[in-house]
Amino acid sequence: MNLLLLIGLPVLTALAVLLSRNKQQVKWISLLGSLAQLGLAIALLFAFRQERAANNTAQMLFEQHYKLFAALNINFHIGVDGISVAMVLLTSFVVMAGVLVSWNIEKMTKEFYFLLILLALGAYGFFISLDLFILFFFLEISVIPKYLLIGIWGSGRKEYSANKLALMLMGGSALILVGILGLYFTAGHSFDLLSLSKTNIPGNIQHIIFPFLFIGFGVFTALFPFHTWVPDGHSSAPTAGSMFLAGISMKLGGYGCLRVATYLLPEGAKEYANIIIILSAIAILYGAFATMMQKDLKYINAYSSVSHVGFSLLGIGMLTQTAITGALLQMVSHGLMTALFFAVIGMIYDRTHTRMVAEMGGLMKVMPFISTVFFIVGLCSLGLPGLSGFVAEITVFMGSWQVDDTFHRIATIIAAMSIVVTAVYILRAIGQTVMGPVKNENFLQLKDATWNEKWAAIILVAGIVAIGVAPGWLNNLLRPAAQVIMDRISGK
Amino acid sequence: MTGVIGCGVVLASFVLSIMVFLQVKDGHSQVVDYFNFINVGDLKISFAFQLDQLSSLFLLIITGVGFLIHVYSISYMQEENPGQFGRYFSFLNLFIFSMLLLVMGANYVIMFIGWEGVGLCSYLLIGYWFKNNEFNKAANKAFIMNRIGDLAFLIALFWLIAKIGTVSYSEVFSATNLARLKSSDITIITLLLFTGAAGKSAQIPLYTWLPDAMAGPTPVSALIHAATMVTAGIYMIARSNALYSLSQISMNVVAITGLATAILAATIALKQNDIKKVLAYSTVSQLGYMFLALGVGAYSAGVFHVMTHAFFKALLFLAAGSVIHAMGGEQDIRKMGGLSKKIKITYITFLIGCIAIAGIPPFSGFFSKDAILLAVFEHNKILYVIALLGALLTAFYMFRLLFIVFTGAFRGTDEQKDHTHESPGAMTIPMIILAILSVLGGLVGIPEVFMHGGDKLTAFLAPVIPLQAGEIVSHNTELILMAISSLLVIGVVVFAWFLFRKTRFSESKGLGKVLENKWYVDELYEKIFVKPLNKLGAFFNSVFERSVIDDLVNGVGRLVNYGSRQLRLLQSGQVGSYVLLMVVSMVLIFILQFFIRK
Repeated sequence: MNLLLLIGLPVLTALAVLLSRNKQQVKWISLLGSLAQLGLAIALLFAFRQERAANNTAQMLFEQHYKLFAALNINFHIGVDGISVAMVLLTSFVVMAGVLVSWNIEKMTKEFYFLLILLALGAYGFFISLDLFILFFFLEISVIPKYLLIGIWGSGRKEYSANKLALMLMGGSALILVGILGLYFTAGHSFDLLSLSKTNIPGNIQHIIFPFLFIGFGVFTALFPFHTWVPDGHSSAPTAGSMFLAGISMKLGGYGCLRVATYLLPEGAKEYANIIIILSAIAILYGAFATMMQKDLKYINAYSSVSHVGFSLLGIGMLTQTAITGALLQMVSHGLMTALFFAVIGMIYDRTHTRMVAEMGGLMKVMPFISTVFFIVGLCSLGLPGLSGFVAEITVFMGSWQVDDTFHRIATIIAAMSIVVTAVYILRAIGQTVMGPVKNENFLQLKDATWNEKWAAIILVAGIVAIGVAPGWLNNLLRPAAQVIMDRISGK
Repeated sequence: MTGVIGCGVVLASFVLSIMVFLQVKDGHSQVVDYFNFINVGDLKISFAFQLDQLSSLFLLIITGVGFLIHVYSISYMQEENPGQFGRYFSFLNLFIFSMLLLVMGANYVIMFIGWEGVGLCSYLLIGYWFKNNEFNKAANKAFIMNRIGDLAFLIALFWLIAKIGTVSYSEVFSATNLARLKSSDITIITLLLFTGAAGKSAQIPLYTWLPDAMAGPTPVSALIHAATMVTAGIYMIARSNALYSLSQISMNVVAITGLATAILAATIALKQNDIKKVLAYSTVSQLGYMFLALGVGAYSAGVFHVMTHAFFKALLFLAAGSVIHAMGGEQDIRKMGGLSKKIKITYITFLIGCIAIAGIPPFSGFFSKDAILLAVFEHNKILYVIALLGALLTAFYMFRLLFIVFTGAFRGTDEQKDHTHESPGAMTIPMIILAILSVLGGLVGIPEVFMHGGDKLTAFLAPVIPLQAGEIVSHNTELILMAISSLLVIGVVVFAWFLFRKTRFSESKGLGKVLENKWYVDELYEKIFVKPLNKLGAFFNSVFERSVIDDLVNGVGRLVNYGSRQLRLLQSGQVGSYVLLMVVSMVLIFILQFFIRK
C-alpha cells in the first residue's frame, strides 16, 4: 500500500474544499474525503495484517524514502508499524465523526472545513513520519488550525483560550525542536528515526535531551502541570475543534513521548521514569478530583481527559511491555471516547443552549438517542467492562503491577483509586443531565439527533465497543511494536 | 408482548440451567474456552465459562427465582407506558445476564466483568423511576460504594497476576500455585477480595447503599436482594475457598465482619417504619450470617443459606410489593394494619416467609440457619451466643412487621380502605411458588441427626467445596442446641405478638431514636468522607488550579510582555539616547577586555 495516499487524500480534499462554490459542496466534499480516508485507514489495517501474516517482520512496513535536502540529510521518510496503523485508524474515525457533527456550521463554512482537514492532514503525516524533521513539520501543521478554529468559531473567552493554547503548544514545540536538534548534532547529523534508534547516544547526553522532548510532547498530551490549556481550550473550542483537540491532538503528544523521547532515548527514560510516574499519578487523581467540582459539561470532560491521559503517561513511565501496550490502548480508547463525549456535549448544547449541568435534567425523556450515547460514553469513561476504557486501564494497571517495588505499587494504587472518583463525577453528570425530572419546560420541544449526528455517534460507539468486547485485534497490532520499544529500553 | 419475551428468555435460561445441573450432577463439570480476551505479555486471559456444582447451583437460583420475579413484574409494572415497560425488562434481563456471567466465568476477570455489569444494572434499576434526585442519589450511592469494593477486587487481581501470573480458577487453586504464594500474599489477596465482596454484598463498612436501593421498583428489590447482586460476594468467597482456607486471619475477619453486620443491621431493622426498609436491613443481616458461615469455614452452609434466603426473601419482597400495590403505593407500616382479611394470599405467603426467615422448623430457614449456627458453635462459643441473639432479633423484627401490617385496626385513609384488593394471579402465583419453596427448600440439607445422608447439598458441592474435617459435636448436643434456638425463637414471636397486636406509635427516644436513624452511620460517612473529599476537589479546582498553575502560566505570559515593554524603551528613536548607549557599551567592552586580558 502506498502511504503517500494517506497524506495525498487530505491535501486533495482541502484543495477541493477551497475550490468549491457553496456550502453544500463544501460539506459533501469533506464528508466524501473523510469517508475515503476512513476506507483507506481500514485498508491500511488489513494490508498491514496481511504483510505481518506473510511473515514480513520488518520493523516498519510500506516504507518510502525521498531526499528532501541532501546537504543537511533531511529526508522525506515514511512508514508504519502497528502503533502508527492504530493511530491512523483512530484519526480517521475521529475526523469522520468531526465532519459529521459540524454539518450545521453556518459561519465561514468553507474555511472551517478547510482547517479541519488541514488539522487531519497534520495528524496523518505525523503518525507516519519516520524522519524527525518532517514529523516536526506535520506537528506544526496541526497547531495553527487549532488557534484559528478556537479564535473564530469558538465561544466564551475564546481569544484568551486560543492564545493560551497556541502559546503553550508553541512552547512545547520549541522544546521539541531543541530536543530534535540536540539529537541531530549528537547522533551523526541524522533526523532519521530508524537510524537514530540504532545509534548509541551517550547516557549523559540522553539525560539532557530527554526532558526537552518529553516535556515538549508532554505539553501536547496535558502532562501535569502543563495541562491548563486543555480545559480552557476545550471549553472555548467549537464541537469538532474539541473533538480533534482531545481525540487526535493530545494523542500526537502521547505518540511523541513514546516514539521519539522514550524510544530514542531509553537511558533518559529510565533516568526520569519515576518523575513521569509521579506526575502522571498526580494528574490521574488530581484531574479526577478537579472534575468532580466542574459544573460545565465541557470542563468536566476536559479535566477528565487530563485524568485519563494520565494513564497513557503512567503506562509509558512504567517501562514494561504490558504497560506500554496499555498506554497505547488507552490513547486509542481515550481518543474515541473523548471525541464522542465532546460530540454529545455539542449536540446537547446546540439544543439546550447551555452546558451547565445544573440547568439540565430529564434529557432522557426528550432526546433518548443522545442521552443513551451520553450514557454509554460515560460508562466507557468510568471503565465499565465491555467498553474500551476498561481494557485499556486494566492493561496499564497489570503492566504497572509487574514492577515489583513499593514505589510503583503505591503509584498504581493511587492511579487505580481514580476509578472510584471517576464513577462519582460521571454518575453525577449523567444523573443531573439525562436522568431526573425535566427541569426546563422549553426542553420538552427539543428534537433528538439528526442523521449526521446519529452517524457520528454510531461510528465512535462502534469503535469503543469493538475494542471493549474483543480487544485482541488491537492488542496484536500494538504489542509487537511495543516490544520493539521495550527491546531498546532493556538494551537487547 | 415485551413481558412475554422478557420472561421467556429467562425461562429458557432456567430450562438450560436445569440441563446443566443434571449434567453436572452426573459429574460432568467442565470449562469451556471461547477466545482470548486479554493477551498481554505472558498473560493470557481467556473468555471462558466454568460449569461445575457451585456455578450450576447459582444458575438455578438466579434463573429460577429471577423468572418468577420477571413474571411478577409484568403485572406489577403494568401501569408503565410501553416504552418504559420495555426499558424496564431490558434492564432486568441485562441484570440476569450479568449475574450469569459472574457465576459462569472461569476466571476472576470474567467474574469481574459480570460483577461490574451487576453494579451497572443495579444503578439503572434503582434510578429507574427518574422521579426525583433522591432516587438518583440512591443509585449513585449504590454504584460508588460498589466501586470502592471493586477497586479492592481489582488490586487483588493484579496481585494474583503479579505473583502467579494467572487468574483462572483451575490454575489459581491448583496445589502448585497455592504453594507458590506466601501466606502474607494470600492474606492480602483474600482480604482485598473480601473488601470487594463487602461492597457487593453490603457488609460493614460498605452496607449503607443497600437500604437506599429500595428506591427502585419492588420486584427489582426482590431481584437485587434475593436472587442476584448481593449473593455475588458470597459466591466469590465460596469459589475462592481454597485461598481463604489458607489464611486464618482473613477467615476471622470475614466471620467477625459478618457477625457484626448481622447484629448491626438487625438492630436497625427493629425500628424502621418503611416496609421495604425493614426487609432491606434484614437482607443485610442475613448476608452477615452467610459471611459468618464462610468465615468459620462452613462454605456449604453459607451457600445453603444463599439458596433458602433467595426463596424467602424474594417471597417477602414480592409479598411486600403486593401489600404496597394493595395500599396504592403506601410503604409506611404505621399507615397499614389489619390487612390479613383483605389480602389473604399475600398475608399467608408473607407469614410463611416470616416463619422461614425466623428459622422455625421445619421451614427452610431453619435448616440453613441451623447449619450455620452449628458450625459457629463448633468454632467458637462466644460467636455462637451472639449469632443466636441475632437470630432472635430477626424473629422479633420480622414478626413485628407482620403484626403491624396485617393485624390490628386499619390505619390508612378511607379511600385506601375501599380500594384495598388482592393482587392479580401473575403476582400471587409466583408468591405461592416461592412460598412452597420457602417451606420445602430446606429439605436438601437435612442434618445428619435426623437422616443419614440427608445433607445432599453439601455432598453435591463437595467437588468444589471440600468437606471440612473438624471437631464434630455430638448428636445430643446438636439436638439440644436446635431445641434451644427453636424455643427461644418461638418465645420471641409470642413476645412480639403481645407487643404489636395493638400498635400505638410514639416518638422514639434515646436508643430507639438512634436505631431509627440507623446509628447515624450515613451522617458519619457524610462528615468524614463525602464532605472532606468534596472540599479537596474544591481546593484543587479553585485554589490550586486557578491560583497556582494558571497564575504561573499567565505569569510567564506577563513576564514576556513586561520584558518586551522594557526592551521597547531602548528603541526610542532619539539619536541622542542611541549615541549614549553606544558610548556606554564601548566603555563596558573596554573594561571587560581589560579584565579578561589580565
